[in-house]
Amino acid sequence: MIRFEHVGKRYPNGRTALADVGFEIGPGEMVFLTGRSGAGKSTILHLAALLERPSQGTVTVNGRDTSRLSARQVPAFRRQLGMVFQNHLLLPDRSVYDNIALPLVVAHASTRDIDKRVRTALELVGLADQAGALPTELSVGEQQRVGIARAVVGRPPLLVADEPTGNLDPQLSRDVMKVFRRFSEAGVTVLVATHDLALVRESGQRVIHIAEGRVTVPDAAAAGDIA
Amino acid sequence: MSAWLGRHLQALLSAAGRFARAPFSTAFTVLVIAVALTLPAGLGLLVGSVRAASGNFANAVEVTVYFKRGTSLDAVGKHAQEAAAQPGIQSTRVVPADEALETFRRDSGFGDALGSMTENPLPHVLVVQPSADARRAVDIDALKQRLSGWKDAEIVQVDADWIQRLNAILDLLRRVLLGTAALLGLGVVAVIGNTVRLEILNRRAEIEITKLVGGSNAFVRRPFLYTGVLYGALGAALASVLVLGACYLLAAPVAVLAQSYGSEFRIASPTLPQLAGMLALGAALGWIGAFLSATRHLARIEPSA
Repeated sequence: MIRFEHVGKRYPNGRTALADVGFEIGPGEMVFLTGRSGAGKSTILHLAALLERPSQGTVTVNGRDTSRLSARQVPAFRRQLGMVFQNHLLLPDRSVYDNIALPLVVAHASTRDIDKRVRTALELVGLADQAGALPTELSVGEQQRVGIARAVVGRPPLLVADEPTGNLDPQLSRDVMKVFRRFSEAGVTVLVATHDLALVRESGQRVIHIAEGRVTVPDAAAAGDIA
Repeated sequence: MSAWLGRHLQALLSAAGRFARAPFSTAFTVLVIAVALTLPAGLGLLVGSVRAASGNFANAVEVTVYFKRGTSLDAVGKHAQEAAAQPGIQSTRVVPADEALETFRRDSGFGDALGSMTENPLPHVLVVQPSADARRAVDIDALKQRLSGWKDAEIVQVDADWIQRLNAILDLLRRVLLGTAALLGLGVVAVIGNTVRLEILNRRAEIEITKLVGGSNAFVRRPFLYTGVLYGALGAALASVLVLGACYLLAAPVAVLAQSYGSEFRIASPTLPQLAGMLALGAALGWIGAFLSATRHLARIEPSA
């Protein structure tokens, strides 16, 4: 589902975000990406979502070598994955319903299909009664759940989340992780970048640890390091 | 199909909603566009009116060939047939010397004096009328040169030179009008393009999020295209009102002035097809401005998360 082969990312200012990263995540797997700030976790997610392109190596997502995708093909590629961000990235002047519907609208889904799927997503994240509210009227936790609903409403086979629990209290963080696990159990591949080691320990899921732009510790050892 | 129409309707309403939320800036932009469209439209109407008024005179453009004394009427008739066969000639008319003398005798008041003449001093005459598409000064000059080449021709005279000059002036005005219209059209495109550019900058975050969830450039561009079309159409509508108002205000004074010169000249108000054409032109210019601007600027905006 996601494969990184000798991937490097170097910025024009000379900073190296990733040196030589390689890993593979299979369909339906839920994997945590851990590491200190600046280790390269977000860069990996950005490369997976084609928000950036690698300076070297190959990134394969959903069976497609992302370096071979033209600019015209990128929107269709992004519709095949859901993205959740720490700062939510919601449209403040649109209702919760409209924010969640956005991926379906850009995919030209029918009005009936949009309504059905948005209502299902709202139920899933427990915000069925907030459909008409503006994001600014919601708590941070609720805004994060709107972001999650938007990420999954198009039923993507891959979900990437960058610090999705960064602004949430422990209980809300656990709730969010439960939602991700449910997707994973339903066959969705989930890749979560997080600082929250307690949450990672609690989940018992596979961990990819990044340090200085490399996968530095094997999965099992990473779990031990976290523990 | 209905979903597709729904998306377009949504984009149109969204653009209209943004206009309503910023009425003053919208009104000023529309006013600038309207002024830019009013000038060529008004000038176009004026030129059209003058051209229509001079249309009857233009038919009076004739080239008269006075033949040498001794040229037979048969020879003149052959010249008339030769001229009629040439392109750009509407009609030819032979005026025999006898007929000319009779007319002169009848109309001049010198009948008695002419009666004492033993010989007709007038030559045979051929009147050549060029066709409508060959009445430009350059065409008339070429015709005059051709007719002057006949060895029997004594004098070739172009009548109504002033009509030619008027036509030349109108032709010049028409070209000036086209140039002005093209420049002001470019101005409209630039104004709308810049307005759309500013709106794109204002909505950068929204554009990034839309692209983040898979929105294509075409999808993101759509509401901006409607914005451009609305600006252009509203500007053209206001320009139409300004032109109609100017026609209404100027109609009476122009009629009085023309009448004082014995003319029936009137400023023609724009017709319904002309108004519809202006609206379509405004919308098209708006679409072009928005398309150029949106295509250029949206391609540079990519989600950075």
